[in-house]
Amino acid sequence: MFYREVGQFKTTYAADQAIFPIRQDRIGLAIILFAAFVLIPLLGGEFLIASVMIPFLVLALAAIGLNVLIGYTGLISLGTAAFMGVGAYACYKLSTIFPQVNVLVWIVASGFVSSAVGVVFGLPSLRIKGFYLAIATLAAQFFLQWCFVRIGWLYNHNPSGAIEVPGHTLFGIPVTGPQATPITRYYVVLVIVVVMTWFASNLVHGRIGRSWMAVRDMDIAAQLMGIKLLPAKLLAFAVSSFYAGVAGALMVFMWLGAAEPEAFNINQSFILLFMVIIGGLGSLIGSFLGAALIHVLPIIVRFLPDALGVPVGAATVEHLTFVITGALILFFLVVEPHGLAQLWRIAKQKLRVWPFPY
Amino acid sequence: MDILYRIFIDPFVQMGGAPDLLVQTLWEGLVGGVLYALIALGFVLIFKASGVFNFAQGIMMVFAALTLVGLTEKGVPAPLALLLTIGVMYLLAVAVERFVLRPLVNQPDIMLFMATFGLTYVLIGVGELIFGGNPKKMPTDALFLPSGAIDLKILGGLVSLQKLDIAAAVIASVMVAGLAIFFQRTRIGRALRAVADDHQAALSVGISLNQIWIIVWFTAGVVALATGIMWGARSDVSFALQVISLKALPVLILGGFTSVPGAIVGGLIIGVGEKLGEFYWGPLIGGGIESWLAYAIALAFLLFRPQGLFGEKIIERI
Amino acid sequence: MKLKRIVLACATTLSLVAPALAQESVFVPLFTYRTGPFAGSGTSIADGMHDYLSMLNERDGGIGGVKLAIEECETGYDTKKGLECYEAVKPKGPVMVNPWSTGITLPLIPKAAVDKIPILSMAYGLSASAMGETFPWVFNPPDTYWDGMSMIIKYIAAQEGGLEKLKGKKIGYLYLDAGYGKEPLPFLDQLSKTYGFEQKLYPVPAQEMQNQSAQWLNVRRDRPDYMIMYGWGAMQPTAVKEAAKTNYPMEKFISIWWPTEDDAKGAGKEAVGFKTLNWHAATGDFPVIADIRKHVVDKGKSLAAKDKIGTVLYNRGVYNSMLIAEGIRNAQKITGKKVVNGEDVRRGLESLNVDAARLKELGMEGFTGPIKLTCADHNGHRPTFVQRFDGEKYVKITDWIEPMTDKVMPLLEADAKAYAEKNAPWPKRTEVCDVKS
Repeated sequence: MFYREVGQFKTTYAADQAIFPIRQDRIGLAIILFAAFVLIPLLGGEFLIASVMIPFLVLALAAIGLNVLIGYTGLISLGTAAFMGVGAYACYKLSTIFPQVNVLVWIVASGFVSSAVGVVFGLPSLRIKGFYLAIATLAAQFFLQWCFVRIGWLYNHNPSGAIEVPGHTLFGIPVTGPQATPITRYYVVLVIVVVMTWFASNLVHGRIGRSWMAVRDMDIAAQLMGIKLLPAKLLAFAVSSFYAGVAGALMVFMWLGAAEPEAFNINQSFILLFMVIIGGLGSLIGSFLGAALIHVLPIIVRFLPDALGVPVGAATVEHLTFVITGALILFFLVVEPHGLAQLWRIAKQKLRVWPFPY
Repeated sequence: MDILYRIFIDPFVQMGGAPDLLVQTLWEGLVGGVLYALIALGFVLIFKASGVFNFAQGIMMVFAALTLVGLTEKGVPAPLALLLTIGVMYLLAVAVERFVLRPLVNQPDIMLFMATFGLTYVLIGVGELIFGGNPKKMPTDALFLPSGAIDLKILGGLVSLQKLDIAAAVIASVMVAGLAIFFQRTRIGRALRAVADDHQAALSVGISLNQIWIIVWFTAGVVALATGIMWGARSDVSFALQVISLKALPVLILGGFTSVPGAIVGGLIIGVGEKLGEFYWGPLIGGGIESWLAYAIALAFLLFRPQGLFGEKIIERI
Repeated sequence: MKLKRIVLACATTLSLVAPALAQESVFVPLFTYRTGPFAGSGTSIADGMHDYLSMLNERDGGIGGVKLAIEECETGYDTKKGLECYEAVKPKGPVMVNPWSTGITLPLIPKAAVDKIPILSMAYGLSASAMGETFPWVFNPPDTYWDGMSMIIKYIAAQEGGLEKLKGKKIGYLYLDAGYGKEPLPFLDQLSKTYGFEQKLYPVPAQEMQNQSAQWLNVRRDRPDYMIMYGWGAMQPTAVKEAAKTNYPMEKFISIWWPTEDDAKGAGKEAVGFKTLNWHAATGDFPVIADIRKHVVDKGKSLAAKDKIGTVLYNRGVYNSMLIAEGIRNAQKITGKKVVNGEDVRRGLESLNVDAARLKELGMEGFTGPIKLTCADHNGHRPTFVQRFDGEKYVKITDWIEPMTDKVMPLLEADAKAYAEKNAPWPKRTEVCDVKS
């Protein structure tokens, strides 16, 4: 009844090609953005912002990057965390070499470094496909992680072997380091994520995105249709690594505050992969849904016994978290193999004909 | 010049200078390779029969070993515990078939791949919940595994072969031979091969896919148990062992996903390659290169043969 | 998505409000890891910490008449989960945090001064945080890893008959290839130049902890006179087994203070002679442990397995909790308040002075040596002893060995200065100092 596009006429091609052609979608988006920008900072506690929202947004951004590669181009990558690491270390180096430039510039710039590294490790994708490629990307994961441990220059030879984030300011307000309030950090992350999501949305709906999808569906057919595989695949790697790199820089500078190489280990790559698959391959909203589910679910499971007053040991809760997360992954795969995004689409379709579904 | 000398000449001078160490390195590499190969074998079996890239093979290995050790710690005699563990692996196979494979039949490969990730999480959680996260000691004596070493005084030095490692190699060979006979000579083996070739055709001649999947997952579970015992005896049984199982992945791409001999040969190449690399060339760049060298070796092979050494030729049609 | 957020917000606020109501207690969160790849070490530590504090609650009704509210938060040794724990406990006004992971400690160090929550990272974390003038909120007693290295070298020298006899010797260093294992490298380098011994480095990557045959082949080739290990988790039992396999003389294999009995037991009787540093007893024959048994274990309030009580890491957890408790008690003494907060406990820790008489009162006579912290020295640099594995347990075999404080201090000073410079603007110390030293 409420969600129906009847009576909305498109009079220009531009209107027809808009990303959100339906008015209700635009209203919905406005509500979500309003909630993200106004309601959550106003109403949410510090824990919600610092430990739920910031990680959720950072992980969602990385998941979008991975989704570009897997969901849109069909290239499986198990090395996302390493590319996040490249972004983080690049940002750390750039901001210590040129401390006078604002750190936000470097966070975005570090994406380009990550992009370049991503292209190098994307080269084998021209010859190797499917799971073989997935394992080849593990080479990137382990090699880059080894570099983070071994090359002292990358972490300025800190005796702790970790990268530590000093305080930086933007217009006199601290945005990194201990002085930065969670709200400030949240806004920085939110703005970057919203802008980059908007950019990704334009990218995947445009010519480039369509060429990626053609490559995903069948690369030989795409080649016959005149899509150059080399640029298409490498661009996918570049864009994907860019997003992962920025997410990595955000992770260290806005969320953790200091990171050892272990922060970018293979488990992190796997978790991002979960998010993409559970959320839905080839769907940006799916990346957000997946990140929300995988990151938030364990937190809820951890708080549940406390909230219900059931005394359960901290360790048991952790074990149960594993079991429940795993079972839910299986459950979602069985119930809806196309991810949460498909559920979203079905819900929208139902809503469209509600309350007279005939 | 010096760096070239250190890369291309010096390691070989060292090899010639201390042939006993070279032999020892090769031996360690071979033993490590056999164990990688065993893990890879589990992957191959499942991939061939059900087309599933079973990421959970590593955790199945840990889970099997943990069940065995956990049971013996609770006072069950080792041989009985071994039988019980095999029973548990069978139940696991049935459960996987019923709750994972059957509902997901005909889904894209990546979905099944993800499903095995979910399985990994469940097994980690259940394993820790029941047996706890402490590293456990493998009761080698109770399982009739030899300990100690055979010291060979050859080549002007000492080469020490652990009896345990020899046992591992023997068990691995017996297992591979057994599997080969099973595949070639028995009725179930023929059905397995038929399923591997073409699911539809196999169904149409009356082979039950569900049964075959249970058998294959069970076989992979038993292979996992054997691997778990061997690795567990070399270090301890703990969840950190799962990370080692990732080493089977480069073995797989090297050997090809569908080839049992490929898994063996790939395992040996990777095992020997990474030990030689770490031992002779590792110190040049600070050591610890073992973590990625295997992947680099596999990648190098892959650029020339994208389907692995023994994999089936990839033919692409529109 | 929105709905999920709302549900979550409710769930978290609910769970945060409930315990905060009971305000007549001192809130002590314990970050523990009973899961994950390092659970083997973490479980004993967690039990020790937990049991000592609950013993105080049961026996004395808390500290100074105020109950301790103990809450465990599971980190799984994962930095991200650890930070989540920190954010979760922060609103409840913890008097201190014990991160029990270097990875979690590092991001918390700059936060401590802002949030007014002191950090007690006992013999791990950032070594430079021993400098109280730069890090007023961080405490890492009783030793840094550099102190540990200096004591191992001194012990080796004692075996050889003096520091000058180290000349020409080969000392191998097997370490976890991470921040922790790499930290002593510059110090080892300096020592090797000073005393003229040759250092051989064997890094073990974290993923290869249980696959060390390449490192031990190198050991076989180099034949070092002594081996030093800075390991962790599954790396330690594997190293002991590989040492036995390589026929390396176990008597010359010395580790920093983290190996457990189980780590050595795995290699059977060949592990006899394996040595580690320690600063407290590794048995359960002390009044304090008896009290724990009586008031906690026998009442079924402990998670610890009976045979783990009194082992190395259990006792380390007890020692950690003793520092917590003494810090709180001191804070009560200084401020005259009963319910102290983080700022008070920071002052309490800074003036911590557990002397022999106090140890006796605590039922810890002979359990460990006295410790005294000052405003400038947040570490103590206490002596340790070497303990030898006899096949079942560790037995103390040396007297107290003093660290080479004269060599360690300049490095710590330089490091603290470098840290403050790299993390500029690092706040100048403005906190009050109760003990002038």
